[in-house]
Amino acid sequence: MSAALIVFIILAVIAVAAALAMLLSTNTVYSALYLIINFIAVGVIYLTLGAPFVALAQITVYAGAIMVLFLFVIMMLGAEKLSEHEPLKWQRPVAIVLGLALIGESVYALVTRVGTAMISNPAAEKLADPKALGTLLYSKYALPFEVTSIILLAATIGVVVLTHGGKKEEKQ
Amino acid sequence: MIPMIYYLGLAVVLFGLGLVGVLLRRNALVIFMSLELMFNAANLVFVSFSNYYGLLDGQALVIFVMVAAAAEVAVGLALMVMIFRTKGSIDIDQMSKLKE
Repeated sequence: MSAALIVFIILAVIAVAAALAMLLSTNTVYSALYLIINFIAVGVIYLTLGAPFVALAQITVYAGAIMVLFLFVIMMLGAEKLSEHEPLKWQRPVAIVLGLALIGESVYALVTRVGTAMISNPAAEKLADPKALGTLLYSKYALPFEVTSIILLAATIGVVVLTHGGKKEEKQ
Repeated sequence: MIPMIYYLGLAVVLFGLGLVGVLLRRNALVIFMSLELMFNAANLVFVSFSNYYGLLDGQALVIFVMVAAAAEVAVGLALMVMIFRTKGSIDIDQMSKLKE
């Protein structure tokens, strides 16, 4: 077993365990913290795949900004604990069975189709070049890049309108 | 060299766990977190294939997915705050006004 494989196995175990803990914990704050662990583990996997820019963007944007937003909203709403009552008794077992069936089916498809393709680790030098990634974003993907700026603008305006509208209704 | 199927298998397991989370939990915030988990699994597949083909396009697409996820979370959490203000709860079983 090579060192790279051992590192991957440790990171994968951490990622899956954190995802499971996120699903099973009853306190929403703990769920958010477990998800941060998962994001950091996946970020380190990106690093081993030769994508340092994506790895650090993952940690700053996902584990940093988005999860802080989550924690902020959880604590603002005081929604740490919800009573998990169950109006549909049959829905939970069916959901677990169907989810596991999807995982099994996907793994079967992987085993039969992917075969023995190998990931090079350490990765090729040119993949780990943030300058090349930036050049690609501003040349080949210039139009999608501009469209994402419009998406962000629309999201910003949408959030302001949504939360502001609530205040006006309360005043009336 | 690590077999690619390990990375894709990890992505499949994370995606499946996110899907099970969306179906199982009743707390809307945990459902949002499970959605993030599924985005994350898709990103892992993008980066694996970027490494496999030696092309940077996969990494560029991950950036776009991150932007879409960030916008989705911002709007979704604003909706959660609004729903909490009107209904006093973010339990998705209570959001059944259209049914009545």
